[in-house]
Amino acid sequence: MIVARTGNEAMAEAMRQINPDVVAAYPITPATEIVQHFASYVADGLVTTEYVPAESEHSALSACIGAAAAGARVMTATAAQGLALMHEMLFIASGMRLPIVLCLVNRALSSPINIHCDHSDSLASRDSGWLQIFTENPQEAYDTTIMAVKIAEEILLPVMVTTDGFIISHGMERVELIDDDKVPEWLGERKAPYTLLDVDNPITIGMLDLQDYYFEHKRQEIEAMNNALPVIEKVQKDFGDTFGRYYPIVDEYRMEDAEVAVLVMGSTGGTGKVAVDRMRKKGKKVGLVRCRVYRPFPRERMLKAITKVKVLGIMDRADTLSTLGGHLYNDCRSILYESEARPLLKNYIYGLGGRDISIEEIETVFEQLLEIKERGRVDKEIVYYGVRGE
Amino acid sequence: MKKEKKGWKELPLGLVWQSGTSQEFETGDWRSDKPIWDAKKCTHCLICWIYCPDSAIIIKDGKVQGIDYRYCKGCGICAEECPPKVKAITMVREEK
Repeated sequence: MIVARTGNEAMAEAMRQINPDVVAAYPITPATEIVQHFASYVADGLVTTEYVPAESEHSALSACIGAAAAGARVMTATAAQGLALMHEMLFIASGMRLPIVLCLVNRALSSPINIHCDHSDSLASRDSGWLQIFTENPQEAYDTTIMAVKIAEEILLPVMVTTDGFIISHGMERVELIDDDKVPEWLGERKAPYTLLDVDNPITIGMLDLQDYYFEHKRQEIEAMNNALPVIEKVQKDFGDTFGRYYPIVDEYRMEDAEVAVLVMGSTGGTGKVAVDRMRKKGKKVGLVRCRVYRPFPRERMLKAITKVKVLGIMDRADTLSTLGGHLYNDCRSILYESEARPLLKNYIYGLGGRDISIEEIETVFEQLLEIKERGRVDKEIVYYGVRGE
Repeated sequence: MKKEKKGWKELPLGLVWQSGTSQEFETGDWRSDKPIWDAKKCTHCLICWIYCPDSAIIIKDGKVQGIDYRYCKGCGICAEECPPKVKAITMVREEK
């Protein structure tokens, strides 16, 4: 069925079709609608979910953790400060290997207080042991939310699926919905390897784990993340084979003969692709790489994509406030260390607090990258793009 | 008393463990002082059994049989609480 849906509505539709056993959530702009729509599905009897309107995000994720440990299929949604309040529990969820799916609407973290998009919230939770998948549009947000359930349950780690706040969460687009009965059919039932409610096989979970075992359990978690990419790829292929929409780990656009490219995440992928088309019309050999799966970091695939060009502009919608530039920039510099082919890198920190990024601005980035290619060197590696006073 | 600990590949996932494993956790290896029970002096009043914060006083048919050194942490409460006129339990330095 083809419908018009915002990113939030698309994610809520996905949750309705998934019909999770438990949803515990607390509303926060710009993710409020996801929970709001889902609450009305509960009230209207469209889902059989046990819905827990918690008193805070910390409590919401705590309830999700308890339910997931009891063997339930569990989902929640939040943004920015909500994710920050969940921070403590993020590590508990991943450490206990609970396959919770969280719909995250990317919003700038306070202070200064702001409700619009940047990636500082999810990137601040980068090392929490959650998978992070950044989507470009409502269709991808919808499809990825469904896929995330299967990915999480197979590798036994929680998954965050993100959309860009307002740009995607409130932007209405054409979305192709899967038939209601096909989603649960494709997902099947969650088969938990252990559950708190199995009285015949009593277990202890979340116990004290000191010098003698903590390291071993963390090593298991690291291994789960190390092995996650093939699972994501398998689920994405299975989804494509079943429903006809295929997704990559790393999205490459017109990269075949590109000489320079930008690397982006989220909705800037869509804007950037239009900029690429315009540049191509002018005869400029430019391309775009979009990091869709950010955690685990797709080392091999990313290397393969970015080493195709001579100059790469890495566009980060957050800064690490560390003198080292943005997150993607640091990841890419790291993987390029042992690579023979190394493009020149320029880091563009842009769009903080929801500052718009236009097609024309990305075209200007391409012009600068082409100029760097001609000169053969980068003068200033990290720039703050679109900020006044630079 | 020390057992070989499992490597990460053999451990159950996600901090999950079967229940009742405290029985396997022999807390007696922390002990620095050791209670010595004297069967001849003991009146089997069971005060030591009541006060023991673990389950380290072995009882059979209402009579004290001795100390379970696998779990006794050597806190000395049993020796302290044993009535002054009886003094059936004395603490000595643990030899390792």
